[in-house]
Amino acid sequence: MCLAIPGKIIQISGDDPLIRTGHVSFGGIIKEINLAYTPEATLDDYVIVHVGFAISILDEKEAQRVFDTLNQLDSFGNSEERLQ
Amino acid sequence: MKYVDEYRNSKEAKMFAEAIARTVTRTWTVMEICGGQTHSIAKYSLQDLLPPELSLLHGPGCPVCVTPVELIDKAIHIAAMPNVIFCSFGDMLRVPGSSADLFKVKSKGGDIRIVYSPMDALNIARDNPQKEVVFFAIGFETTAPANAMAIYQTKSENIKNLSFLVSQVIVPPAICSILESPQNRVQGFLAAGHVCTIMGYSEYEPIAKDYKIPIVVTGFEPLDILQGIFMCVKQLEEGRFEVENQYSRSVRKEGNLAAQKIIQEVFQIIPRQWRGIGEIKQSGLGLKPAYSQYDAEVRFPCEFHYQENATECISGLVLQGLKKPNECPAFGKSCTPESPLGATMVSTEGACAAYYRYQTVQS
Ligand code: SF4
Repeated sequence: MCLAIPGKIIQISGDDPLIRTGHVSFGGIIKEINLAYTPEATLDDYVIVHVGFAISILDEKEAQRVFDTLNQLDSFGNSEERLQ
Repeated sequence: MKYVDEYRNSKEAKMFAEAIARTVTRTWTVMEICGGQTHSIAKYSLQDLLPPELSLLHGPGCPVCVTPVELIDKAIHIAAMPNVIFCSFGDMLRVPGSSADLFKVKSKGGDIRIVYSPMDALNIARDNPQKEVVFFAIGFETTAPANAMAIYQTKSENIKNLSFLVSQVIVPPAICSILESPQNRVQGFLAAGHVCTIMGYSEYEPIAKDYKIPIVVTGFEPLDILQGIFMCVKQLEEGRFEVENQYSRSVRKEGNLAAQKIIQEVFQIIPRQWRGIGEIKQSGLGLKPAYSQYDAEVRFPCEFHYQENATECISGLVLQGLKKPNECPAFGKSCTPESPLGATMVSTEGACAAYYRYQTVQS
C-alpha cells in the first residue's frame, strides 16, 4: 500500500499549485500525476509517486550515497585482504 | 528503470551482506516496519544473505492488514446499499470481515469500483450526481496526503454526494507500543522510507533516545534494505541509539511540508484500533469537525455489535513480530491468498502473503 515508485516528469500542465499535474513516465508507461506536493518539481525531474501523487523529488547526489558506501566497503575489504 | 535497477545488483547486495557479517559479534533482532520492505525481503530472499546472528522481524506497516474488522464490516454494509458506489484500493476487496468480504458484495451486484487514486473517487462522484459515492480512505502517513487532498477538494468544490470511510493510522505510536510490550524482542528498527518522505524523521528522535533503540529510515530496494540493516547493526555494535537516514534520495529531515499542511488541515490525531493488535493511543487520523459532513460513518450510521470470531489466525502476533507466518498452523493449508483467513494473507505487503508467494522458509 505504501508502494511508491520513481518516474520521470516528461510534461507539466497547469500552474494552480493545488491542481498542477504532470505526465510521468515509469519506464515508458505514462500516467497523469498530481504535483501539488512537489511544487518545485520541473521537467526531467524524477519523482516518487504514490496513489497518483508525487511525494518527493529524488535527489541525484544523495542517490549516489549507497554506492559511495559500497566503494568504501570495497577498499576496506581489499585492505583487509592485503593485511592477511 | 532509473532509481530502481541500480539498487538491485546482486554483487553489491553481497558486499553489504559481507559487511554486515564482518560487523556482527553477537545476535541481534531488527524489525522492518513497512510491508513494502517485508515484500522485498521475501522476494529477494534477503534473510538468506544475512549472517545467522541476525534475525529480521516483520512489523505492522501494512494498512490493509491493520484495518479493523469492524470497519471492513461497515464498508461491506455501506457497499451493499442500493444507491451507493463504493470505491476502494483493490487490495481491500479480499480482506475478510467478520462474515464476508467486499468481493462477495461485488459478485452479488454491489457497485464497487477499484480506483488507483482517491482523486478518482471525485470524478466518479461528479459523473454520478444521483448516487452516493463512498471512498475507503485507508493508509499510513504515505497515503494521508492523497486522501486529505481528495477530502479537501470535495469540500472546496462542494461535492455533496461523496464521503470517506476513514481508516488512517500512523507509525510512531505503533513503534512505541511494540517497544512497550513485555514480550518485545526488537533491538533496532528500519523505519519506513515513504512514511518518512511525508513526515520527516524528527518525531523518531525522542523514541530512539528514550527507548535506547537505533532507528534507520530505509528505502525499499534490496540495496537500500541491506544498507539500512548494516547501519542499524553498526549502531547496535557501537552502542549508539540514533536516527539515521539511509533513504536520503527521497527523505528530508523535515519531510514534505506541503503534504503535512493538507494533512493538518483535514485530519486530527485520534485513538485507532489495529486489527489483531487492539487500540493504540493517538495512533490514527480522523476527520476534523470542519470535515465531518464528509465522514461516511456519520452519513451512513450503522450499529454493529461486532464480535471477533475465533479463528486459527495469529496475524495479530505476526504483525507485532512475535510470530513468523510459517509458525501459523493454518499457513498454506487452510489459509492461502485465494482463501485468506487473515488480512496479512491478502495484501501483497502482508507478511503471510509475502512468505507464501516466495515460499520463504525461515527459522
Ligand atoms: S497464515 Fe493466514 S491464518 Fe495464519 S496468521 Fe497468516 S493470515 Fe492468519
